[in-house]
Amino acid sequence: MSAQLSSARSGAIDKAGEPLLSIRGLRVGFRKAGSQFEAVRGIDLDVAKGEVVGIVGESGSGKSVGMLAALGLTSKNAVVTGSVRFKGDELVGKPAREMRRIRGARIAMIFQDPLSSLNPVMTVGAQIAEAVRLHQRLTHRQAMARAVELLALVAIPQPERRVSQYPHEFSGGMRQRAVIAMAVANDPDLLIADEPTTALDVTVQAQILAVLRSLQERLGLGLVLITHDLGVVAGHADRVAVVYSGRVVEQATVNQLFADPRHPYTRGLIASIPNLEESRERLFSIEGSPPALGRLPGGCAFHPRCIYAEARCREQDPPLLDVGGRFSACHFATSLPPFHSASLAPAVLETGSVAR
Amino acid sequence: MSRYILRRLIAMPFLVLGIVTIAFLITTVTKGDPLTAIVAEQQMSNPEVVAAAKARWGLDRPLPERYMIYLGNLMSGDLGTSFITKRNVGTDILYRLPATLELVFAAMIFGTTLGIVLGVLAAYFRNSLIDHGARLFALFGSSLPVFWSGLGLLFIFSVVLNWLPGPGRLDARLPLPPGVTGFLTIDSLLAGNLAVFKDALWHLLLPAFVLGWTVSGTISRLVRANMLDVMSREFVLTARAKGASEFRVVIVHALRNTMVPTLTVIGYSFAYLITGAVLTETIFSWPGMGSYAVEAARALDFPAIIGVTIVGGLAFLVTNLVTDILYVVANPRVRLS
Repeated sequence: MSAQLSSARSGAIDKAGEPLLSIRGLRVGFRKAGSQFEAVRGIDLDVAKGEVVGIVGESGSGKSVGMLAALGLTSKNAVVTGSVRFKGDELVGKPAREMRRIRGARIAMIFQDPLSSLNPVMTVGAQIAEAVRLHQRLTHRQAMARAVELLALVAIPQPERRVSQYPHEFSGGMRQRAVIAMAVANDPDLLIADEPTTALDVTVQAQILAVLRSLQERLGLGLVLITHDLGVVAGHADRVAVVYSGRVVEQATVNQLFADPRHPYTRGLIASIPNLEESRERLFSIEGSPPALGRLPGGCAFHPRCIYAEARCREQDPPLLDVGGRFSACHFATSLPPFHSASLAPAVLETGSVAR
Repeated sequence: MSRYILRRLIAMPFLVLGIVTIAFLITTVTKGDPLTAIVAEQQMSNPEVVAAAKARWGLDRPLPERYMIYLGNLMSGDLGTSFITKRNVGTDILYRLPATLELVFAAMIFGTTLGIVLGVLAAYFRNSLIDHGARLFALFGSSLPVFWSGLGLLFIFSVVLNWLPGPGRLDARLPLPPGVTGFLTIDSLLAGNLAVFKDALWHLLLPAFVLGWTVSGTISRLVRANMLDVMSREFVLTARAKGASEFRVVIVHALRNTMVPTLTVIGYSFAYLITGAVLTETIFSWPGMGSYAVEAARALDFPAIIGVTIVGGLAFLVTNLVTDILYVVANPRVRLS
């Protein structure tokens, strides 16, 4: 699979020369009480310098676990295989001590819930200063001054006062800004944002995304946006990887993906975005639910829910293949009928998944 | 923060009055006759002797009057005279309390340190040998009666191995250091007498460990459960994502978040042991509050019983206040309320 993907770089390279992050055949397995299951069954992904890559998938699809594994942040019972190269440096199997020098310094990661991702018993300033001092030789005073700067950078008003407050004195949006400030404290090359806006109000979501984007452009960050929200991806990503039950099933630029999705799962996702122009009585949804980990169907993991599935889909798991400068893991990637978001509904109607 | 503590301080005198009143009333509801402690048995049938004793101790006065007299005396620091020792109860307690405090402080140092370290290790290495070992240690600590573990350890370390001295606070051949704090270890250091210090410390070791063991069981289980909860929270992941070392993640980020419930148990255990270390004090011939309380109760020595109850109540009040202040330090969210 990775052989075909070597050309996957082309998508990332044409933006900035060489990929910042290059993931090949990443697999994450967990051993639990004797049984073993794979949460990630093969993620391939490139992120170029200054590029915004969206990773889209349902909860439990392995999109977060994959990125945590890339940073060595999975729990002790996880088995991580494959390759994660950051600026040419292999991260899988790197000693913990060396990983700590990269985490928070070169690659930063922020998480979903700003309510719980700050330590409730430390001031916001102390937590940002800690991030600074873990990687830079600064005095406490200098680090606190840097924390004030960083809070100002993420547009928190009165940063001098805010820096000595505790997380519970911040609103949800403010906390996420503080978390972002902490993440960019050491001018990282890459920022991985795991559902950064999911726990926030819609109005605040837009502000946080705006902060992330402006920082990304100003600092030239590579940005990985993990989300289940295609709207976020459409508005902010350059490229998208769609993940289904632990695998990347489609990878393309945002325009390619929305104009002409080459995987039935992607088509289902796009069709289920609410559309103001059409009045459907009921929102489209993909029939069925994602398979439970460790109980994957044979062949293509999506076939039980796929309206295009044929006999070979039950037997052969399709590899992620180049289909004209983009990638799809579907046997019928090149022969799927033309896609019109509106026209998918009747096609699906035949399967009875849209009730009128 | 200071207003919060001020409010607590204002409430203190009323709480103390409540404790005194209840302690005083407790003695009146017992069926026992305190005269049996004062008058010899063969004299109990002699009405003159009984009447004289009643008048001598004020037992012929009505209850409200006795209560007012007691309060009046208490104001001037007089806790009354013990029926048994015939000494002032305050003097008795001042002799006994430092012994208990020294023992309990040492026990809490053992218990808290052991409890927190074992709790953290057990949580971090969950389901490992360390976890199971810590669980067993806690189980024994909480469930082995002190008279069993105390005697067992005394037998092993004092009789068989002869590493540690037997019961008591100090070797009888050594001079008592001048009483400043009443803590033999501190007083001997103040007097510059290292031989006495060493002996007092060796005497303290075993009873403090036995008492601390019981406390460490509770603390380690509590710390373990809270650590497991806290370690699964997102800010721990954030700390790791920052590049913090595991030690830093566990101690600086996670452990601090478990301190509020832990402080509660530490405070409660401390206050409880001030009057509740009876068995340990008895086994190790430790002249402390617990054994004094038992002697007083057995003899229906009312002034002593009331005195001990007041001291025990005050111990709870003071430790609660200190715990509350420490809460504020440990958890900034308390400051709001």
